[in-house]
Amino acid sequence: MRRLKPFFTFGLLMAVFMLSGCSDMIVLDPKGPVGAEQRDLIMYSIWFMLFILLVVYALTAFIVYKYRDRKNHKGYDPDNEGSHLLETIWWIIPIIIVIALSIPTVKSIYSLEGPPEESKDQKPLVIHATSVNWKWVFSYPEQDIETVNYLHIPEDRPVLFKLTSADSMASFWVPQLGGQKYAMAGMETELYLQADEQGTYEGRNSNFTGEGFTNHTFDVMAMSDAEFEKWASETKADAPELSKGQYDKLMLPGHVKQMTFSSTHLDWVDHAKNPEYALDARERLGYEEKLPHSKAGKEEKKKREEEMKKLEESESHGDSHAH
Amino acid sequence: MKWDEFFVTGDPMIYGADVSIVLTMVGILFYLTKYKKWKWLWDEWLTTVDHKKLGIMYIVSAVLMLFRGGVDALLMRTQLAVPEAKFLDSQHYNEIFTTHGTIMIIFMAMPFLIGLINVVVPLQIGARDVAYPYLNAVSFWTFFIGAMLFNISFVIGGSPSAGWTSYMPLASNELSPGPGQNYYLLGLQIAGIGTLLTGINFLVTILKMRAPGMTLFRMPMFTWSSLVTMVIIIFAFPILTVALALMTFDRLFGSHFFTLQGAGMDMLWANLFWLWGHPEVYIVILPAFGMFSEIISTFSRKTLFGYKAMIWSMLLIAGYSFLVWVHHFFTMGSGALVNSVFSITTMAIGIPTGVKIFNWLFTMYRGKIQFTTPMLWSLGFIVNFVIGGVTGVMLAMAAADYQYHNTYFLVSHFHYVLIAGTVFACFAGLIYWYPKMFGYKLNERIGKWVFWVFTIGFNVCFFPQYFLGLDGMPRRVYTYSEESGWGPLNMVSTIGGFMMGIAFLILVYNMYYSFRYAKRETTGDAWDGRTLEWSTPTAMPPFYNFAKIPEVTGLDHFWRQKQAGKVEKLKAEDIKPIHMPSNSGVPFIMASFFFVAGFGMVFEWMWMAIFGIIGVFGTLFYRSFEYDDGYYVSVEEVIETEKISK
Repeated sequence: MRRLKPFFTFGLLMAVFMLSGCSDMIVLDPKGPVGAEQRDLIMYSIWFMLFILLVVYALTAFIVYKYRDRKNHKGYDPDNEGSHLLETIWWIIPIIIVIALSIPTVKSIYSLEGPPEESKDQKPLVIHATSVNWKWVFSYPEQDIETVNYLHIPEDRPVLFKLTSADSMASFWVPQLGGQKYAMAGMETELYLQADEQGTYEGRNSNFTGEGFTNHTFDVMAMSDAEFEKWASETKADAPELSKGQYDKLMLPGHVKQMTFSSTHLDWVDHAKNPEYALDARERLGYEEKLPHSKAGKEEKKKREEEMKKLEESESHGDSHAH
Repeated sequence: MKWDEFFVTGDPMIYGADVSIVLTMVGILFYLTKYKKWKWLWDEWLTTVDHKKLGIMYIVSAVLMLFRGGVDALLMRTQLAVPEAKFLDSQHYNEIFTTHGTIMIIFMAMPFLIGLINVVVPLQIGARDVAYPYLNAVSFWTFFIGAMLFNISFVIGGSPSAGWTSYMPLASNELSPGPGQNYYLLGLQIAGIGTLLTGINFLVTILKMRAPGMTLFRMPMFTWSSLVTMVIIIFAFPILTVALALMTFDRLFGSHFFTLQGAGMDMLWANLFWLWGHPEVYIVILPAFGMFSEIISTFSRKTLFGYKAMIWSMLLIAGYSFLVWVHHFFTMGSGALVNSVFSITTMAIGIPTGVKIFNWLFTMYRGKIQFTTPMLWSLGFIVNFVIGGVTGVMLAMAAADYQYHNTYFLVSHFHYVLIAGTVFACFAGLIYWYPKMFGYKLNERIGKWVFWVFTIGFNVCFFPQYFLGLDGMPRRVYTYSEESGWGPLNMVSTIGGFMMGIAFLILVYNMYYSFRYAKRETTGDAWDGRTLEWSTPTAMPPFYNFAKIPEVTGLDHFWRQKQAGKVEKLKAEDIKPIHMPSNSGVPFIMASFFFVAGFGMVFEWMWMAIFGIIGVFGTLFYRSFEYDDGYYVSVEEVIETEKISK
C-alpha cells in the first residue's frame, strides 16, 4: 500500500491540475444554448463519476492496506464466498445511478432535435452545409448566396443546418456552439445551433475523410442581425455567380481558401438526392484517384493542387467581400 | 502494375524496414540451417495439434504484433509531440493509425487471449486436448497467415489508410484505390475464419470435455469467461465475414452495397461493422475479466466473492453487447427515440460491470493479499479500468456524446478500457501461467519494474487525452496548429507513450533474463494455485496433460484437496493407454494456400487467387479422405514420463 500511495497522489495532483484548466477547454466554454445544454449535462455526469471513483478508490485502498499479507494478519476468512446483502446493494446502487443519468440524457436528446427553447418563436435561418473532400460548401437558399469554408450567422437566432456530403462521410462540428452530426452523401441530416455571442468560432469535419482530413475546417462568424443582413445583401450584389464549371472543380479532392458566390449550387444539384454527382464531375474533368505512393499518384496530386489554384483565381473578384 | 506501384517507395523509413525484414529472414534461415533445426521446426511446431504449443505460438505472434502495433503508436506519438511536426506526412500517418488499430485489436489482443485460453482452458477443465485438435491448428494457421498478409502491406502495395473502421464510401475504390484496402479485407477475412473456428472448438470443448464431476457451476471463472466469449464469437464473427465479403465484392467485382453509386448505402457498413465491432470489444474484455478473477482469488488466497453473480453479470454483459452498437454513431441522426434507447442500454452495461468490480474488491476483503506481479497488474486493472468505465458511461449519454464523438476524449476512453483491461490482463495472465508454459517464472523484481513503468507511462500518455478531447482535438488528425494550444498536453502524452515502449523492452529483457537465470520449477504448482491446471505433477504438463483424468468434487477442487491434505498420488495401476491425435502438416499447407489466394485477390490477379482457392479446397478434400484416428500412448511411456516408481 505504501508503494501505491505515490501513484494515487500523482493521479490526484494531475486531476486537480487539469480540472483547474476546465474553463479554458472549448467544449466546456460554449457560446450558445446548444453547447451550454451539453456542457451542463457533461458537468452533471462528471460529479457522479468523481463520486464513483472516490468510492472505488477508497474501498480499494482500505481493503488492500488492511488485508495485505503480513505478520499478525487478522480476519483471514478463506471460504467467505459472498453476501446476499452486499451484492444486492451493489446491484441497486448502479441501477439508481443509471436512472439518474438517463433522465436528463433522454430529455436533452429530445430537446436537441429542435431549436433551442429560448428562441422557439424565431424563424430559424436555414443553411445547407455540404462536405466535399476536403472543403465545406455553405448555401443560403433564402439569401441565394453561397460560401466556401466560412459562414456568417446572426447571433441570438437559431440556425438550422441541413447537412449532406458529396463524397466521404463527414461530421459537421463547431465545438463552441454545440455537438456534431454526420453529413452523408444521399442523406440529409439536420442540426440546430445558435450563437449567443459575437465572434469567430472554429468549425471542422471531425470524421476521418482521408488525406486532407486534418485541414477540413471552416470559420463561423457570428454577428448582429443588421450586420448579417448587410453582409448577405452586399454579397448578393457584388460576388460572382457560381458556374457549373467552377462547381465541378470544387468536387475535386483538395483544399481551397474561403470563397464567396452570389448563387447556389442547389439550383442544379442536391447531394442529398444525388450521391453520384461528385464522382461524375471528377470523371468529366478526367480525374482518377491513383495509388498515393506511386509516381502516378504523386503526379495526380500535383495536378489537383494546380486545379485548385486556378479555381481560387477564377473567384478572386468576390474575395474582397469575404471578411 | 508497375514496380513503383508494387513496392512502396520514396520513404527512408520504409527502406529501413525492407532491409531489416530481409536481414531477419536471412538470419532465421541461416540459424535453422546451420543448427539443423528444420526438422525440429516442422515436427514440433508447424505440424503440432497440441493446444499448449498452439497457445504458445498464438502468444508469440501476439507479442510480435504488440511490437509492431507499438512501433506504429510511437511513430504517431512522435508526429503529434509538437505542433506542425513534419516527421510523417498525412498519408503515412493515416496508414499508421489504420494498421495500429487493426493490428492491436485483431492481431494482438484477440490472439493473445486466445493463446492463453488455448494453454489454460483444457488444463482447467481436466481435458487432454480440445475437442477438435486438428481444427485448432487450422485456426492458428489461418490467423497467422491473415496477420502476415496484413503486415506485408506496408512494404508491398501500400497499407490501408481508411481507418480500422474502414467507413464507406472512403474505403471504396473511388476514394481509396489499390491494394491497401484489399489487404484489410482479405487479411481480416482469413484471420476471421480462424477465430470463428476457435469459437466453435472451445464451445464444444468446454461443454463436452470437462472432467467428471465438473458441473457448469464448478468451472473456474476463466473457463466460464472463455465459454461466454466463444458464444459471442459464434454470433458476432459471421457478421464480420459477411460485411467484409460484401465490401470485397464492391471493390473487386463492382457491386454496390456500400458505394456512392448505384444506390449503395454507406450507413449499412457502419451498422454491420459495429454489430460485430461492439461484441468484439467484449470478446477481448471478458477473458480478461476471467483472468483477473483467477489471479485475484489466488493471491488473496480466498474463494472468489459472489461466484454466481460473476457468471450472471457476464451473461448479461454478453447479451447487452449485441444491443448497444448504435452508440458508435449517435451522431448519424437516427432520431431521438433510437438514440435514447441505445443510450440507456449502453449505460446499463455499466451495472453488471460495476458489480464485478465490487466482487473483485470483496474477494480481497478478509483475504491475505500477496503482491506478486500478476496481482499488481490486477490491482492496476481495477484502479485504471474504473476510469475507462466511468468515461464510457459519460460517452453513453448521447446528448453529451455529440461533443465527445471523434475526439481524443473517446480515444482516451477506449485505451483506458482496452489497455487497462485487456493488455493488463494479457501481461498478468502471461506472467501467471508462464511457469505452466515454460517451466519457470519470470523474474519478479524486473516484473515489478515493468508494471510501474508501464502503468505510470500509460496514465501519463492517456489521462491528458481526456482534456485534449474536451478542448476539441479530433482524433486521426496528423498535426495541429500552435494556436490550438494542444501542444503541451500532447508532449506529455508522447512522453507517457515512450515510457510504455520502454516497459515493453524491459518485459522482453525479463523473458531473456528469466530464460537464462530463473530457478526451474520442480512441481506443477508454482503459485499455490486453486484450479486443475496447477495439479499436474510436473511444471510443464506432458503432451497428454493428465496421466489420470481428475475427478472433481467442487469449486476450486485442487485447493480444497490441498487444504484437506488429500492430494491424490498417481499410482501405476491407475494408468491406462491414452488416446491422442496425430500431428498434421495439412493445416499449415492449407493456410499457405489461403495466403496465395489472399495475395492474389489483394492485387486482383485472379489466376493466382483461383490457384490458391483450388489449393485450399484440395487440402480440405485430402483431409476428408485421410483416415487417421490418432494413436495410443502406451502405459509404459506414461509411467516413464510421470517418473512413477513401481
